[in-house]
Amino acid sequence: MTEQNTKTITPKANRATLRGRPELYTDYARDQALLNTASKKLWTGVLVAVTLMLPFLLGRDLLGLLTLVFIYAIGGIGLNLVTGYAGQVSLGHAFFVGLGAYTSMFFGGAPSMTLRGLELDMLIWLPMAGIVPMLVGLLVAPLAARVRGLYLAILTLGLVFVGEHLFREARTITGGPQVGRRGAIPEVLGFNFYENQEILGFDLRREQIFYFLCFGLLIVLGVLARNLARSRMGRAFAAVRDRDIAAEVMGVPLLRTKVIAFGVSSFYAGIAGGLLPVAVGAINPERFNLLFSVEFLAIILIGGVATISGSIIGAAFIVLLPRLVQVAAPYLPLIGDVVSVEIAQRMLFGALIVVFLVLEPRGIYGMWLRMRNYWKAWPFSY
Amino acid sequence: MELLIATIVRGVGIGSTYALIAVGFVIIYRATDVVNFAQPALVILGAYFNALFVFNYGLPFPLAVVGSMAAMALIGALTERVALRPMVGQPPFSAAMVTVGLFFALYVLAARLIGANVITMGDPWGLSRVDFLGTTVGQVDIAKTIISLAAIAVVGVFLQRSKLGLAMRATALDQEVALAQGVNVGRMFGVSWAMSGALAALAGVMIGTAGGGMVALDAFVALKALPVIILGGLDSIKGSVVAGIFIGVAEALTRTYQPGNADFLGANFDVVVPYLIMVIALMVRPYGLYGTKEVQRV
Repeated sequence: MTEQNTKTITPKANRATLRGRPELYTDYARDQALLNTASKKLWTGVLVAVTLMLPFLLGRDLLGLLTLVFIYAIGGIGLNLVTGYAGQVSLGHAFFVGLGAYTSMFFGGAPSMTLRGLELDMLIWLPMAGIVPMLVGLLVAPLAARVRGLYLAILTLGLVFVGEHLFREARTITGGPQVGRRGAIPEVLGFNFYENQEILGFDLRREQIFYFLCFGLLIVLGVLARNLARSRMGRAFAAVRDRDIAAEVMGVPLLRTKVIAFGVSSFYAGIAGGLLPVAVGAINPERFNLLFSVEFLAIILIGGVATISGSIIGAAFIVLLPRLVQVAAPYLPLIGDVVSVEIAQRMLFGALIVVFLVLEPRGIYGMWLRMRNYWKAWPFSY
Repeated sequence: MELLIATIVRGVGIGSTYALIAVGFVIIYRATDVVNFAQPALVILGAYFNALFVFNYGLPFPLAVVGSMAAMALIGALTERVALRPMVGQPPFSAAMVTVGLFFALYVLAARLIGANVITMGDPWGLSRVDFLGTTVGQVDIAKTIISLAAIAVVGVFLQRSKLGLAMRATALDQEVALAQGVNVGRMFGVSWAMSGALAALAGVMIGTAGGGMVALDAFVALKALPVIILGGLDSIKGSVVAGIFIGVAEALTRTYQPGNADFLGANFDVVVPYLIMVIALMVRPYGLYGTKEVQRV
């Protein structure tokens, strides 16, 4: 051993060494920490604080949109785990989101003449909304693990069509086509998260309360996913993605890794599915179609493949884009008179996927990295 | 028995149009290793051009078909040049996602052009029927089968016999080696897309000749060519034909016999039959009936 390595650095000395050298890591744990630099700590704190303040500043519709961003982000993180980290392209994400939605409605929804519902507590239906899709994901995964690449993409695409048919036909649970059903009741031990409440003397609107709930869930699930990604299992995911045969040679169990990736991803999808109908009010079985799957793929492609924060950025982008186009439409030529706003939104959606894949495959997160590295080294180019 | 024959004839008719679309997929996949998810949008655009030529410019039906095939060949080649050429060397998944993006852009365009209308093709068959094996079947189904299979045969002969076809097959086999032998690989990509676009246009016309005409949403009918290529194997034209007809017949049989015999499967169950067949096929043969097994290197 060299002399340097034998020297142990005491925490005190460590702090002294670190001063003015934010990128000097003296142990592995610190290097791998979630918030490994002071500026990351600061800005994450600022971001969380701003997000927590937004409900008191924004109107009801914008708040609803932001809540949707959180829900889409949870689903997007799920897809990113299986597609971004483990490299298994799935076009079937909408199916798992739908399965979560209808599981939540079955366990937590109110029964009626035509609909079945158990009216259970959210402490039961929300985990169930994740667990049932996860079990189905675990069932499907061994089959999916047999095929690779584009065959897998098309196989999972089949899942969406089969799922759509199931959702349409299971009328007693889903309400049937064009009718749909309201979301489950988000009530935890008598406290309803979607009802105007008075908390600590504050009068809170139901949108605000639900916003906080979704934000909290996103943070918990996001940190969990991030931790999974930097654990042994996460490294196995990356190995399978980068070269699956080499991974197998190195002792990574291929089938087990793929199955776990699908299971965890479906769990996230299911949670997003459980929350989605509550946020949008009521939902039709037609919603869980191929387009919905592609939206999730767009989230991770535009946000950033194999990054958790990228999934959140992508979700914000995809959910807010239609609104942005709507707001900007009066100031833009063509939109409004030649092409309608709705068509412009959809064309932009398709075009953005193409543009990002061609020009910036790492997505918005990659753009941010480039910008950060540029300013970090400024005025030097490297 | 008569019902069975009529059903099978209808199934073969629709199956051969699936095969037509699938061959378009296969040509592009073999040349460029890309699954072209934009194909369904090309299909309805082709049908739109045909209707445009027949009703707005008064061309006779056969000329209009050729015209729309030429137009779609042009659009196909153009699409390849603009959107897919920059993706050469990128992972196949990225290129496939580009075609998904293209699908939305082109689909929205087609939906905008067609609007809420039902377009018809102005075909000579209409609803007339002919005698076939002791029962009457729609003339249009026979016409679909013959025209589609003839078109696929022409493509097959072209690939086997012509110099250009040889160059295309060389490109499919190994792009770099083909390049070294003096094949203009980029042009082969363009030709593949053009052929695929023309086939898509023909398939669109064939789908549109059905009694009810065609709406923009029929693009999702064309998506059924995906189970077909998976069942047949991504790189096999023969597989496309066999699987296309198989899936078409299975679908038609389900549509005829499932209501009344297996009602618990729900209404419109025939729509998901192709996908179920695909899932089962993948369980048994991960590379389809005639697909080439992928060779893996570490």
